[in-house]
Amino acid sequence: MGKVANRPALEASADVLVIGGGPAGTWAALAAAAKGASVVLVDKGYCGTSGATAPSGTGVWYVEPTVREREEAMGSREALGGYLADRGWMARVLDRTYANMNELALAGYPFPLDEDGRPYRRSLQGPEYMKLMRRRVKQAGVLVWDHCPAQELLTDSYGVGGARGMQLRTGEPWLVKAGAVVIASGGCAFLSSALGCNVLTGDGYLFAAEAGACLSGMEFSNAYAISPTFSTITKTAFYTWASFYRGDGTLIEGAGSQRGRSVIARTLQTQPVYACLDRTTEEMRRWMRLAQPNFFLSFDRLGIDPFTQKFPITLRLEGTVRGTGGIHLIDESCATAVPGLYAAGDAASRQFICGGFTGGGSHNAAWAMSSGSWSGEAAAGYSFGLGRLSGKRELSGLRPTGESASVPVSHGDVRDLAAGVKRQVEPFEINLFRTESGLKQSLARLDRIWLEARGGLADSAADAVKLREVQAMASTARWMYASALARKETRGMHKRLDYPDTDSAQHYRLLSGGLEEVWVKPESAARQAAGEVQAG
Amino acid sequence: MIQLVSRERCVSCSRCIQVCPTRVFDESPEGLPVIARQEDCQTCFMCELYCPVDALYVSPHDHPVETPGERELAQAGLLGSYREHVGWGRGRSPGAAKDASYLMIMEMRRTSGN
Repeated sequence: MGKVANRPALEASADVLVIGGGPAGTWAALAAAAKGASVVLVDKGYCGTSGATAPSGTGVWYVEPTVREREEAMGSREALGGYLADRGWMARVLDRTYANMNELALAGYPFPLDEDGRPYRRSLQGPEYMKLMRRRVKQAGVLVWDHCPAQELLTDSYGVGGARGMQLRTGEPWLVKAGAVVIASGGCAFLSSALGCNVLTGDGYLFAAEAGACLSGMEFSNAYAISPTFSTITKTAFYTWASFYRGDGTLIEGAGSQRGRSVIARTLQTQPVYACLDRTTEEMRRWMRLAQPNFFLSFDRLGIDPFTQKFPITLRLEGTVRGTGGIHLIDESCATAVPGLYAAGDAASRQFICGGFTGGGSHNAAWAMSSGSWSGEAAAGYSFGLGRLSGKRELSGLRPTGESASVPVSHGDVRDLAAGVKRQVEPFEINLFRTESGLKQSLARLDRIWLEARGGLADSAADAVKLREVQAMASTARWMYASALARKETRGMHKRLDYPDTDSAQHYRLLSGGLEEVWVKPESAARQAAGEVQAG
Repeated sequence: MIQLVSRERCVSCSRCIQVCPTRVFDESPEGLPVIARQEDCQTCFMCELYCPVDALYVSPHDHPVETPGERELAQAGLLGSYREHVGWGRGRSPGAAKDASYLMIMEMRRTSGN
């Protein structure tokens, strides 16, 4: 652990530090600033373009506040999610999302009108949305540092008190002391090039675990998106109206976007799969272009007509970005178990509203803006509550240093380590169709990669950042597979070939954590243990 | 992947260097953006959207490929085509205002109801 000594070139003190400038981070920063907090927001890339939302478009779980519509909305995914979601959280997310989306309209987001001339607020175009959020954050007086990846949290006996990281432009360090920190750094898609996702390497999970927080729902982190083999566009909604074919032109029965994705994966294991959006009408083809302009970008540029021509597709891993695993929250303020540390968006577990089913699209978007707002408000309140204490802190960094990190690694080594993690998490035969032997073998390999990455010492600032990403990805994968091994049943997106049925005795959430030794335990057992300690 | 920075069109505003989430560009001594780390490009097309003069071309492939030259791309209407579709740029109105996702949702409900 390194003491905070030498003053870095870029240093600030603030009430709240937000790590990540996507939807959750920007809503968190706005909410904290609205409470009167001074806020610094750091982004690994550029607040406004980085993350899964900015280059994309997304549905939003925006539901009119009538009893009937809400009941329908809350009930729609409960079974798919294996009944691990929570109606209390769902109702709060629906409330906050409704309010935030209406606030976005007032802030100038150009919502379209539907056929009856009413504003339609169930969808957001990513570039427009995030450009607006950046402007709002800046107008609120938030200090935004772009291309400034966080590298470690700073803590003392009172809890988390800031973070430090790297300025990619100069290779110089930065440091922010803050009364509270919100982790909003997104999920982990393992550098699979799913649209906008290569900045999402699970960094926040690693920081939280180093500080002593735990993860939850990590077994629900094997979401795969359909995309053309030649493209990064992982927008899957339109495949609802696609047919899927083998190379010889015969139809693959049962293959589909929603329920037939396993059939596609099975076929891809032995041969190429082709898709064609041939179940669309002329009219549908017209509005599809207006709904998702980026979907057509790759086709237009390659001269392919996706409505009449067959094109090769693949399944790209989106990990926890479309999965639901993430940092475990202990209460409705989005607090973690570590004082001063909050989590929001895909960095946090979305089991509360999605259970074990994908949060991709509307649910994650609603969760990001809701949990972002709550965490920002709570972080501001916590920071104010520190009072005079905030000036007297003795902060240290949490990343492994000194003897534990000493083996020189080259640029090529870092790339190889990242590729090593990908080889364990991308294959369907390991991560989608799960078995005890497959998971155990992979976990052992990931343990070795973790040890190598943790002990590595990169020779440039840029590679040091990438090495940290490898540590985060390896850790994420280990929590993922350890949780998948512990859940000896099939539930939500977690499919065990050796336990193909849902087991009512395992109707609980799984917590996980640990870096040197990974651990997993049911949430109920953890709660009981905590209760016993309190009672004792 | 990012394939082209048109020296002819570029006005050295550095916007692409600034907005690229994976820091693919560096600034040359003459102030022009250069593709310094192509392997880090995640093919998200954001640089194209933020380029005020349509000087960039991102090929849809997630790996380096042979792409047509600048003249061919311009003739095919591909330089700045995404910005046009999204409705960004002078004299355009944001495509978000014409977002027809509600028709998609209606159609999805109809399809799943069958």
